[in-house]
Amino acid sequence: MDILSLFIVMPALTVLVLIFTKNLKQARIVALAGSLVQLGMAINLLFSYIKEREINEAIMVFTKDVIWFKNFNIHYNIGVDGISVALLLLTAIVVLAGVFISWKMEDLPKEFFISLLVLSIGVYGFFISIDLFTMFVFFEIAVIPMYLLIGIWGTGPREFSAMKLTLMLMGASAVLLVGILGIYFNSNADGGALTFNILEIAKVNIPVEAQRLFFPITFIGFAVIGALFPFHTWSPDGHASAPTAVSMLHAGVLMKLGGYGVFRVAIFLLPEGALHWSWFFIILSAFGVIYGAFAAIKQTDLKYINAYSSVSHLGLVLFALLMLNKTAWNGAILQSLSHGFMTALFFALIGMIYGRTHTRDVTKLGGLLKVIPFISAVYVVAGLASLGLPGFSGFVAEMNIFVGAFEKDDIFYRIATVVAVSAIVVTAVYILRVVGIMLMGPVKNEAYLNLERVRWYEKLGILLLLLPIIAIGVAPLWLSEMILKSLDPFLKGVL
Amino acid sequence: MNFSSLLLMRQEIALLAIILVLVIAEIFIPQNRKTSIVHLAIFLFGIHTIVGFFEIEESNLFGGMFRTNHLIHFFKNVLNIGVLILLLQSADWIKEKIMNQNKGSEFFILLFSSLLGIYFMISAGDFLMFYLGLELSTLPIAALAAYETTKRISSESGIKLILSSAFASGITLFGISMLYATTGSIYFSEVAQMLTSADLTLLGVVLLFAGISFKISLVPFHFWTADVYEGAPISVASYLSVISKGAAVFILMILLFTVLQSLVHFWENIIYVIAIATMFIGNLFALRQENMKRFLAFSSIAQAGFILLGLIGGSQLGTATVVYFVLVYIFSNLAAFGVVQAISLQTNKENIKDYEGLYRTNPNLSLVLMLALFSLAGIPPVAGFFGKFFLFTAAASKGFYFLVFLAVVNVTISLYYYLLVVRAMFLRKGDNPIPFFRNKIYMRIGLVITVLGILLLGIYSPLYDYIYELSSAFN
Repeated sequence: MDILSLFIVMPALTVLVLIFTKNLKQARIVALAGSLVQLGMAINLLFSYIKEREINEAIMVFTKDVIWFKNFNIHYNIGVDGISVALLLLTAIVVLAGVFISWKMEDLPKEFFISLLVLSIGVYGFFISIDLFTMFVFFEIAVIPMYLLIGIWGTGPREFSAMKLTLMLMGASAVLLVGILGIYFNSNADGGALTFNILEIAKVNIPVEAQRLFFPITFIGFAVIGALFPFHTWSPDGHASAPTAVSMLHAGVLMKLGGYGVFRVAIFLLPEGALHWSWFFIILSAFGVIYGAFAAIKQTDLKYINAYSSVSHLGLVLFALLMLNKTAWNGAILQSLSHGFMTALFFALIGMIYGRTHTRDVTKLGGLLKVIPFISAVYVVAGLASLGLPGFSGFVAEMNIFVGAFEKDDIFYRIATVVAVSAIVVTAVYILRVVGIMLMGPVKNEAYLNLERVRWYEKLGILLLLLPIIAIGVAPLWLSEMILKSLDPFLKGVL
Repeated sequence: MNFSSLLLMRQEIALLAIILVLVIAEIFIPQNRKTSIVHLAIFLFGIHTIVGFFEIEESNLFGGMFRTNHLIHFFKNVLNIGVLILLLQSADWIKEKIMNQNKGSEFFILLFSSLLGIYFMISAGDFLMFYLGLELSTLPIAALAAYETTKRISSESGIKLILSSAFASGITLFGISMLYATTGSIYFSEVAQMLTSADLTLLGVVLLFAGISFKISLVPFHFWTADVYEGAPISVASYLSVISKGAAVFILMILLFTVLQSLVHFWENIIYVIAIATMFIGNLFALRQENMKRFLAFSSIAQAGFILLGLIGGSQLGTATVVYFVLVYIFSNLAAFGVVQAISLQTNKENIKDYEGLYRTNPNLSLVLMLALFSLAGIPPVAGFFGKFFLFTAAASKGFYFLVFLAVVNVTISLYYYLLVVRAMFLRKGDNPIPFFRNKIYMRIGLVITVLGILLLGIYSPLYDYIYELSSAFN
């Protein structure tokens, strides 16, 4: 078994074992063991990748190619570059943290962990796919468990949110399918055979008209899950109803599929289309950045605040990808990672606060720093990271994005960049407002005086997410070098 | 001609023999041991299904009236598997509900007669044999639809089916006569050569198409579907929606791809419009159904619309994807009908609302139904996804991107109502959930086969490659 296929086999095995567990205690131990092994595999992959990169110049390394459907030329074809390695690591960490946070999942625990791991299979598979068909398959495998996860274990209008999320994402993937078929049937433009292989298609000169036709279809297909304005509305509702671990995975990992797909498929394979259409989607994403930030100011529900903050931050990812230069791309990937850890951390903390106070309404909370100091202090740190304070991952990412965006000396790009940058100020407003109202000041409710202290599994989950934020912030170079080295192939088409 | 050439009709002769054995058994088995006919029928048909997999050479009989090739033979085997699953799923129903009305063996005799008609229909080499097969496959089913004589709704369903299929047959015959008038032949191969684009020919093609559309329940010829499914016994509804529909799709494909190949630009337009209408009407009406049988009826209309996407290209790719999709569809739909059958038999409940909280009482049944619905909705990694993806690929290969786009919009609509059932089973707790029950052995085998099919048919790629090779027969 090769090092990458294990990322699909290992969670699948965990699911198989989970089927035979009888109660919460057994289920969570199995899920924990499974996700610990996954994290180990991801760390191991990181080091082997760095070692392999020194001697291997190929775009993708650790590749494996097995023919699947001969007549369609569909292959099970996997491989990684620096971007996917980083995202795999993110996934493994968030899944493990999610298992820790769900330590007390009383209702149908076995089914919960199974759905969680099926979702992770989809995400891992998506990040390692080189073949468009398998990529699409894994994309849908990642989405569909969300319906059950939100629908069964959610709160509030869970049925509505689950349905809305599933339909919007599956609808997007249906649109994406048209784009993928369009790319597939143009992959023989240079006289070769039809293929789904991304690396092969990238070498083909797809006719410009076809690129211009299929770029927006493919872009939107992926960008909906990356919360592109105005297709972001599934995300806040989905977050608000989802149980804690699901919110973490949803914001931390699932939404990253959007940016990754846009980059790996739409921009990489259809560069002419990207050049033609980028202005339009830059407007949408810049508007999404500023819109998400302002929407977050108006909210009082903690989950909605962070959901809209995600729309804003991920809008920045799409914005940076569309700048079509290396610095901005580097920033986009870093932002994906940084946002993944940060938002997962936020949602974990919100889950803990909600579990203790039974409210997510900011106006009803106050003085939490006095009663649950550990959770509150981490919340402050996460908030500072989110508004881009130097020393945390968010700063590194946003710095790169805006430097990259300013490389374009064109009035349109300048205005778009200024609009997007101004969102940082707004971010500071909604973060500091929450910190001020919720954590500082007097304790508003007597019942909060003796809240339960933080448990060991909660602490572990928090630390798992906090460490990478600081690590990326303090020592970003090794990571951004790994990413930068993988960006060159993408640059070829858009120069 | 010598008798050994009759071996080409091995499948038909074997099925006829089974029917005769059952007639004799009905006469000689004493009243108190009549249930053994169920075991006998399933046993015999099981053997027939297995024997069917031995190869038959490609050739013609009776001067080209009857023909067979590897694809037709393969498709008969597919139908056999479907019918076998259906028999397993309905065995308990016959034993418990039908035997005491003293008419158990008729069910098998009528069902097998209809299947025999389907065999002849898809093996037809001329329009006469085609029409005979069509009639033989329809009439027994009308009798079966009215089988539960104690229920008024069942008789109603029988009458509706027989009237609309008689009408459809008439139209088909009218169309055939016009083709005969313009080409001077009823043999497929000769008609194909003599075909012109004269107005009368085109009218004939339209009428022929309309007649077969009744069997596939394409819009606007779908009105009988929901009423008949609702009234008929579940086994019969599932036979109509799976076996009979699959066979009609297959013969339509043969007619379009071989006989009417030269008019491809004409019938492409018809299919384009009807595909869109069928997908949208089927899906939109399915949204508000409360009865599981009506729900599955509209879902099966919508599925027929998707199948047309494979037909529109008129290519080898199209043939392969359609056959593959029908195969996958048989397993998916039979799994869904099987669960409905099992629950209806135990509790007489058939509404989606009754399924609330099913997962907490009957987890296995709920999982089977969920897999079946996911497969119908086309969600990976179950087989239905591959079936739909390939159909769309076939349409896109001919440049019908807009049609594919409308189809994927419909996939999303259909996902909504399939999820409604999942919601009832998994998300809701229900005030009065169906209590836990155990299925009998036949039902369990039937469901396990369908689940294995749903899980493995898609991932096991050599199957598709095999079908693709066979599909060269018609292109």
